[in-house]
Amino acid sequence: MPYIPHTEQDVREMLATIGVDSIDDLFVEIPEDLRLKGQLDIPKQMDEHTLLGYMQGLSEQNLDLSRTVCYLGAGIYDRFIPSTVGAVLSRGEFLTAYTPYQPEASQGYLQTIYEFQSMVAELYGMDIANASMYDGATSMAEAAIMATGIKKRNRVAASRAIHPNSRKVLGTYCWSMDVQVDDLHTEDGATTDWSNVTEDTACVIVQYPNFYGVIEDLAAARKAADKVGAMLIVVADPTACGILPPPGEFGADVVVGEGQPLGIPMGFGGPLLGLFACKTEYVRLIPGRIVGRTTDAEGRTGFTMTLRTREQDIRREKATSNICTNEALMALASTVYMSALGKNGLRKVAETSVRNTQYAIQKLTEAGGRLRFGGKVFGEFVLELPKSASAVRDALLEQGILAGLPLGDYDPTLENCLLIAVTEVRTKAQIDDFAMKLKKELGN
Amino acid sequence: MADLRMKSVRVQNLIFEKSIPGRIGSNVPKADTPEVDLKEALGATRKELHLPEVGELEVMRHFVNLSHLTYGIETGFYPLGSCTMKYNPRINEVTASLSGFKNIHPMQPESTVPGALEVLMSVYEILSEITGFDEITMQPVAGAHGEMTCLMLIKAYHESRGEGDKRKIVLIPDSAHGTNPASAARCGYDVKTIPTDKEGNTDLAALEAALDDTVAAFMVTNPSTLGLFEPNITKVCELVHSVGGQVFCDGANMNAMVGTTRPGDHGFDCMHLNLHKTFSTPHGGGGPGCGAIGLQSHLESYLPAPALKRKDGKAYFDHNRPHTIGRVSSFYGQFLMAVRALTYLLAYGKEYMADISRYSVLNANYVQALLKDVLPAAHPRPCMHECVLTAKKYKEHGVRALDISKRLIDYGFHPPTNYFPLIVPECLMIEPTETEAKQTLDAFCHALIKICEEAVSNPDILHDAPTTQIVGRLDEAKAVKMLDVAWKPKQETANV
Repeated sequence: MPYIPHTEQDVREMLATIGVDSIDDLFVEIPEDLRLKGQLDIPKQMDEHTLLGYMQGLSEQNLDLSRTVCYLGAGIYDRFIPSTVGAVLSRGEFLTAYTPYQPEASQGYLQTIYEFQSMVAELYGMDIANASMYDGATSMAEAAIMATGIKKRNRVAASRAIHPNSRKVLGTYCWSMDVQVDDLHTEDGATTDWSNVTEDTACVIVQYPNFYGVIEDLAAARKAADKVGAMLIVVADPTACGILPPPGEFGADVVVGEGQPLGIPMGFGGPLLGLFACKTEYVRLIPGRIVGRTTDAEGRTGFTMTLRTREQDIRREKATSNICTNEALMALASTVYMSALGKNGLRKVAETSVRNTQYAIQKLTEAGGRLRFGGKVFGEFVLELPKSASAVRDALLEQGILAGLPLGDYDPTLENCLLIAVTEVRTKAQIDDFAMKLKKELGN
Repeated sequence: MADLRMKSVRVQNLIFEKSIPGRIGSNVPKADTPEVDLKEALGATRKELHLPEVGELEVMRHFVNLSHLTYGIETGFYPLGSCTMKYNPRINEVTASLSGFKNIHPMQPESTVPGALEVLMSVYEILSEITGFDEITMQPVAGAHGEMTCLMLIKAYHESRGEGDKRKIVLIPDSAHGTNPASAARCGYDVKTIPTDKEGNTDLAALEAALDDTVAAFMVTNPSTLGLFEPNITKVCELVHSVGGQVFCDGANMNAMVGTTRPGDHGFDCMHLNLHKTFSTPHGGGGPGCGAIGLQSHLESYLPAPALKRKDGKAYFDHNRPHTIGRVSSFYGQFLMAVRALTYLLAYGKEYMADISRYSVLNANYVQALLKDVLPAAHPRPCMHECVLTAKKYKEHGVRALDISKRLIDYGFHPPTNYFPLIVPECLMIEPTETEAKQTLDAFCHALIKICEEAVSNPDILHDAPTTQIVGRLDEAKAVKMLDVAWKPKQETANV
């Protein structure tokens, strides 16, 4: 076993130093009847070559979207990832470090986290950001729970056009904290009905662009929240914020989001990256780690985790959250991504997504689909078909196209609707091909 | 010379400060679809976006140089107690980057991802056998998240029996990780602390006194954070069950038990595992974690949905879960971490799995024995996978545990965990893990022995440590008072 370096002689010498005869003697405190007698009933060891082949075989059973034209998005996007991202992530110093509890020996990682916080705050148009959360859904739920604490109110109002999985996570977190979630209903795919925002509402939560790709009116959401003194939480797609006015411009109190589009593979939905940014006034109340810049005794600039008294290892049951780890490695991926693309690259990716999306809307509506909602969209839209969306999705899949997400499972009134994402990696030729095959399918 | 040395380690400006207008560090996809009027398409567009503008080589240099200023397991010995900093085998990185794992979407049709479901199911089945729990789920994405999910299962269980309103207390030992009380609070529970007795075990009398029908659960870390196996664990579980409470096992210390004993056999109702500790998925600088949980069948119906099941040999998602607590994360947990964990589990297999606990316990006892004269164990008993030592005798020389730790950095080692568990004065918690060689442990202990001599003969060396790094000890008070947590254009900072 190459991971365990002990030779027989090492073991003999170590046991002699400890003063016992065998390794078994070190387990005397485990009651005899609780100790396993034989081997576990699990698979046998594989050598490295065999193991690689076995895992390769399992991976090949999946439909690899690098070999299928992917229009499926819904919060997780097939986007371009620069080679620099993987190169940096494979550095053993980063990959195998842990939380920078000893800042002197972790300055490199700490600086990348400070840079990450700066970039997220900038992208969302907010004052500050934390060192990251688990994923977009839990980041949103944590923000909502934080708002109930700040406002001392135990209801939150969430748009029906938030990603359904995020809405479910919010429901779970709120159930366990005895917080009531009220729905904000939509019309024509956008949140318009604010009647459930009341004096008991701690926060209003909307997604930007929303689950259907529609760009929500954040000014209206801010107004609805202000009317009752509630906080505004915006769940924002980071790529869209490369070109749309950021939520901060509309006065959002907290902006959260899923950071996967920033250089992280889809990976069957994990690991992901929760983004969390807010106004400065909430910095002492937010969940998660924060890295700050300071100096040492000689005046040299350095970085360290700060505002630690919010955290569970110090504050225990009075902590702002139970979160311990962040998603440091994924945050590093997004930091490299945002550095490599920079201001111009991110803008270009966003703009290309808009162009491809507009072109796809034109072509696919010509092919027999109908744009379901009237609102403006960024990179994703709902196409209504004259027949079952899942049947069309399945048929096109046979032809090498993953056409999107059939929405019937999420909303029965959208049985014939497909949610279609068109990122910057799609080409005109691919979209033309999609339109042609869709037309044929609808003609049948 | 000192200045040159500092130059040679390449202090890095912020990447923002390297920005030159017009540069770009990536060849992004070209658009070949028709141009559009952005205003018409989007309504409004953003004006400013202050992200760095740097060339591709500069991007690589920036981050590679920063990696040089970071200490990882591949750099050197990293005995951070309670964190299980073992070797993260490189094959795991290879399998996790296979295209058929990396490039699959969590919402693509289930019929197109049988390999992914098989990975998850295989991990569930192997972990079920290793831990002795009936069911495993990996939807929780970190250890603390797993703890919270377990408490939610317990909450749902009590609610289903009409006892939700009555059972509002969670009992937690005074030696527990901070995540335990924080997770309990996050589930709406009140926390009551149970003391540890003189030998380092749960104080049974205090536990019995605290037990009544308001108790929802007892959260036990076994082996405890003192590195000791709780010899009365079966009795503890029986006592809690006798008043209708549930017992949760904090699995942070599972490394001591793999292949040797199974918490599911001890009487626990559920537990969390940290796959990034015990099953060697990389810590990544503080995440992604990976928090599988195990549970016995009476909690099965409350599992986060969808639940992964096997039927006729095939793994599938069961979405029809009327009693589920709901979702706790976006999709199916840290899938690419499950790929790494499966790779790791199969690299050991049934033949070698117990070596994990056997050699980690051997290494910890060896360190405890080598250091017994300079840093005695808080409880002189055979330890499990980590030893908890006390540096209180150096206090009279003005030297604290933290000073010893900082001096270790000058000797080229990552320090152990300090000041935890909270009940041990001047605590140093050392977890060597099974992947470290005797020679490494010898060198580390030799350094610690020397540092303890310095603590008596020249304590200032310890107070000034570390002096070999790019910075010395940082002004934490200033970091809080003059809060600077984000670079802003024109050097204005987010001051509070």
